[in-house]
Amino acid sequence: MPGVVRRLPEHLTIWVPLLLSAAHLVSFSLWTIWISFTPSTLVPVSGWVGLRNYTAVMATRNWKIAFDNLLLFGSAFVLLSLVAGLVLAILLDQRIRGENALRSIFLYPLAVSFVVTGTVWSWLLNPGLGIQKLVQDLGWTSFRFDWLVDRDMAIWTIVIAAIWQSSGFAMALFLAGLRSVDADLVKAAQIDGAGPIRMYRRVILPTLWPITITVIVIQLQFAISTFDLVRALTNGGPGLATQLPALVVYDLMFQRGLLGRGAAAAVLMLLILLAVLLPYAAWRYLQRRRASHA
Amino acid sequence: MRDRTFAPSRMLIYLVVLLVAVAYLVPLIVVVLNSLRSNEEIAQTSMIGWPLRWAFGNYLTAWSDFCVAQTCAGIRPYMLNSALVTIPATIFSTLLGAVAGYAVSLWRFRGDQWIYGIVTLGIFLPQQMRLLPWTIVLRDMGLMNTLTGLVMIHTIQGLSFTVLFCRNYYVSVPQELIRAARIDGAGFFRIFWRIILPLSPPILVVTVIWQFTHIWNEFLYGVTFTTGQQQPVTAALIALSAAVADIPQNGVQSAAVMIAALPTLLIYLIGGKYFVRGLTAGAVK
Repeated sequence: MPGVVRRLPEHLTIWVPLLLSAAHLVSFSLWTIWISFTPSTLVPVSGWVGLRNYTAVMATRNWKIAFDNLLLFGSAFVLLSLVAGLVLAILLDQRIRGENALRSIFLYPLAVSFVVTGTVWSWLLNPGLGIQKLVQDLGWTSFRFDWLVDRDMAIWTIVIAAIWQSSGFAMALFLAGLRSVDADLVKAAQIDGAGPIRMYRRVILPTLWPITITVIVIQLQFAISTFDLVRALTNGGPGLATQLPALVVYDLMFQRGLLGRGAAAAVLMLLILLAVLLPYAAWRYLQRRRASHA
Repeated sequence: MRDRTFAPSRMLIYLVVLLVAVAYLVPLIVVVLNSLRSNEEIAQTSMIGWPLRWAFGNYLTAWSDFCVAQTCAGIRPYMLNSALVTIPATIFSTLLGAVAGYAVSLWRFRGDQWIYGIVTLGIFLPQQMRLLPWTIVLRDMGLMNTLTGLVMIHTIQGLSFTVLFCRNYYVSVPQELIRAARIDGAGFFRIFWRIILPLSPPILVVTVIWQFTHIWNEFLYGVTFTTGQQQPVTAALIALSAAVADIPQNGVQSAAVMIAALPTLLIYLIGGKYFVRGLTAGAVK
């Protein structure tokens, strides 16, 4: 017994933070899932309404638009930032001067908050203030770049700002990947007379696909939880044109006071995320097992 | 292919890279220039332009004068709020994460891998799943609309990242070192203090930079759990945008945006290498 008492400070220091963290993750998730099955509105109440909150949320125009927007925004953003990141990484890998400075420039937006990014881009893309106004003032009076107030194009302003903010991240990972390509492999291909393009297509790029998948998953995770950027850039508008699931959750929980439906929307967000993460986890598991067998 | 000659193809590479770099810098340059132009000058032309008269006064107005939601004290109180949340939460989550990371990687105890696995799931769990429970917890603890409440939230949630970073760093410390120290009679804390901590500066810098940047830039919890004068600067910027919608004050607003972005930009400038290490460490878990 004295041993246990003597080691109490140690046990407390180890367990309290870990337990607090683990317990809040598990209990908070379970509690939100439970609330999503109750008729809670302004305050949490017990009771069981089955899937009614889910069907109600999914039937709203708000959620349908948010979900469609997420599909478009998610795929466009991931694809474009992947391409931009890969191209930048390949260019930076050509032993160019000033590589460090350039890399810092491509990465600095990541240090800035989404609120700042969204605010700044809302100025640049504002037709009466930003790029359109500048070009018109320079003499091209019929120039139009008004996606911010165009219902059909507004979602692309989110894509632009998101790419500006985080394509540097894809670049950083790809660059790390390019730097770890086996030098012997490259040399062997050179001896075989492969030119630079063939070299990339046949030898270097195929080694990058595990990194590519990691980048895709992380960028998708970011896309699914996008909230601040939209709040600052378009606040979901014009109309509902840039509505996204995270905004729907916030709106239901804190503006309409529909806790049950808000919780259901949050769980739907989690399910979308799991649809991305579970296959990724399975793939990682298989990769590791293959590596340990090899 | 990888020589330092200036063939046309290499000129093309430089051209493309420089153009992209300029495109990445444009938003920053535009905001810096606007923060030095008067509101009237911007209203007459556009947000993109060179200052005709340097309006350094914008920074003074943004810092301590202009009004957000009926209070006219500038951005200063909100910067202070952000600092009072970010600094303690960064220190607590980093210290606790270092000790816990050391415990799960080197000290080893029953259930360590299980609890570590659960804790790191926090990296993926969307904030939306925790919004309502935090509301209840804050209300029951009487911490709603307080900075203390935000410090608590960011400390506990930050553990998922700090434990991961530190654990992954400490697993490469040889177990024999710990075993030898234990044979010499050193306990949990003494080993941490004498052996682990002296090895830790690189990972602590990565963790501190990561935590500081994320907590400073956080918006959702700030806007949900605090109101008015208690809000962090990210939430205040949104309130400011709404407040000035009627009378454009883009010069002052740009100065406010620059002030709000400055702490994390400075940290990036000074510790960029460690910032990137944190990014990639989180990615290739």
